[in-house]
Order: sequence, then C-alpha cells, then structure tokens
Amino acid sequence: MAQAQGLGRRYIKAFFKGFFVAVPVTVTFLDRVACVARVEGASMQVFLEISFVYQEIKRCLFTDNSKPSLNPGGREASDVVLLNHWSIRNYDVQRGDIVSLVSSVSFWRSIPFATYTWCLNVVCLFLLRSPRNPEQKIIKRVIALEGDIIKTIGYKKKYVKVPHGHIWVEGDHHGHSFDSNAFGPVSLGLLHARATHILWPPQRWQKLQPMLPPERKPLHREQE
Amino acid sequence: MLRNALGKAFRFLGYTVQYGCIAHCAFEYLGGIVVCSGPSMEPTIQNSDIVFSESLSRHFYCIRKGDIVIVKSPNDPKSNICKRVIGLEGDKVCTSNPSDFLKSHSYVPKGHVWLEGDNLRNSTDSRCYGPVPYGLIRGRICLKIVFSTKMNGTIFV
Repeated sequence: MAQAQGLGRRYIKAFFKGFFVAVPVTVTFLDRVACVARVEGASMQVFLEISFVYQEIKRCLFTDNSKPSLNPGGREASDVVLLNHWSIRNYDVQRGDIVSLVSSVSFWRSIPFATYTWCLNVVCLFLLRSPRNPEQKIIKRVIALEGDIIKTIGYKKKYVKVPHGHIWVEGDHHGHSFDSNAFGPVSLGLLHARATHILWPPQRWQKLQPMLPPERKPLHREQE
Repeated sequence: MLRNALGKAFRFLGYTVQYGCIAHCAFEYLGGIVVCSGPSMEPTIQNSDIVFSESLSRHFYCIRKGDIVIVKSPNDPKSNICKRVIGLEGDKVCTSNPSDFLKSHSYVPKGHVWLEGDNLRNSTDSRCYGPVPYGLIRGRICLKIVFSTKMNGTIFV
C-alpha cells in the first residue's frame, strides 16, 4: 500500500515536471521556430484552365514558368505548408516570398481568400482563440518592399509608394484575393512567418522559391 | 573528466533552454515588466517609468477605449510604442490637430484602433500615421511601479 502511494506520488511529480518542461518548450518552438498549417481558400491558386488536357500540356511544357501556387486542388485537397518563423525574426523578406500575416480585418465567417487553420496546435493556442473574433492569418506573396513604387490592381490609388516599415502583398489569383489591393500596404509588424515548403500532398512536396511574377515587378526599386 | 564537463555543459544548456522557453511563454501569454521612455504619455507615464503590462486582454480581445497599450510601431517593427486607445473599430475620431479651426473626423476602420498619447503636444501617434491594426498590439498596461522613500507601492493606472 505504502509502495503504491509512493509510486503514485512519484508519477505525479514526474508528470508535472514533464508538463512544465514540455509545454513551454513546444509552445516556444511553434511560436518562434516553425509550425505547420493548412492553407484554405483560392487566392493563391493559379488560374486553372477548364480543359484538363490543356492543364497537362501546360504542366509538361511550362513547368519552369509556372508559379508555385498553393491549393490548386481547391477545397478537396488543401496544401499543408511549413511556416518558418525563425527566418523572419529580423523582418528580412524578399520580393516574391510567400508569407503569412496577421489579418488586420476581423471577421466571423470564413471568406473566400487564403487563410490557414492550425494543423499542429498547442493547448495555449486553443484556449486563447476567441470564437467571437478569431485572429486569422492570411498567406500572400510579397510583391514590393518599402520604398518601391508599384502599379496597383483595383486599389483606390493607381500608383502607390510603399511607406517605410510596410510591404505590399498580393495573392497569386488576382480576381479572388483579399490582399493589399483591398486593404493597402501592410505593416511589417504583422508579419507572422514565411512559407518555405509544401509538405502535403506528397506529390506536391517542394521547396517554395521566392518568385516574383514578371508583370508585377515594381516600377521603381529603392533597395536592391 | 571530459565527460563530466560535457555532462555539466549539456545540463546547463538544458536548463537555459527550459527557462528561456518558460520566460517566452510568460511574456507572450501572461505579461511582463516594461520600461517606458519618452514624453508622449506625460503626466500619466513619465520618462523611464517601470510599468507592468499584461497580454491576456489582447488574446481575449478585451482591449477597451481608454486603455494604455504597448504596440509594435507601424513604421518600425523592431520598436514598441506606448499610447492610449482613443477609438476602437467603428468609432468616430477627430483627426485634425487641436490648433486647427476646422475639425475633421473619420471612422476607425475594421480591425484597427486609434491611438493617442496623453501629452498631445509632444506625441507622434495615430494623428500622424493613421489607425493602427489590432494585430500590432502587444499588451495592456495595468500597473505602474512607483518607488518612494517612505514605502514601496504600486498605483493602478
């Protein structure tokens, strides 16, 4: 009896010791180093042609020109991406990077633009997410950095000079994207992570290279 | 001898990582001590005052009008600014300077807050750089630590 009690107490002690080590380390790792997330929405889809045959030809002939888009399969097959927090700890982004941002617009229902839901989650994040006002993250491509002058698509001003400490982001799928063309330049402080790899589905396993679409190059670059 | 030293080094590294992670979780999800500098929040918060900021309100979306918040600077993500929330999303705020004759008003957009320092004459705030996204808020200041010669006390701000 005494032995069982001693064992139980030891077990509880070991459990709490493990808990207070494992939880902070895991939370810090997922916040500061890397995490995994599933992409939802269509704004990072390259515009899909109707004919399947054309798609196949395009894939065979134009693979070096095709943009590494996310979610070409639509709702049925969401891409799972690796988000790297460590690489943007100094807010060092390049034009063409795919980044995730904290959305500056709060919303309750999901709207058809690229957001992502947490795939691997931790207790704290589950508890602290308020159902009234979920702070959503959006995945977009960086088009312009501070000081660049770019031509916008559907923004209130035709030409915009990106202010200091801000970036201009756009989804690859211009018609279906809620991006800087809707809400303007985004402050660098809202930068959350850089999407570096597509992890799932296995046939789409690839490293995401920073690639700026040639028609979206800035008109004037302040920094090279 | 070498194994002993290596063992000690690894244990030390392990403890450092563990306590570093606990500190990160505490600062990120609970709160921490902040030293404020600058004259923009006088007389509420003087230059080099020590304050305690809590992060729970930010995660539970309980930031109210009149709260003093620590925010990542919109123009420089590596620095923080400390201002008072004057308007939440949807509120009507006065965007003109106090010295202007004709006042102009605007509505704070969704997902943003309007910040102003208490020392209106000497403060760069939303009147300069516009409404600030809610996602930049880092924490809400709840206590100011005041040391006096007679007693150690804290006052609620």
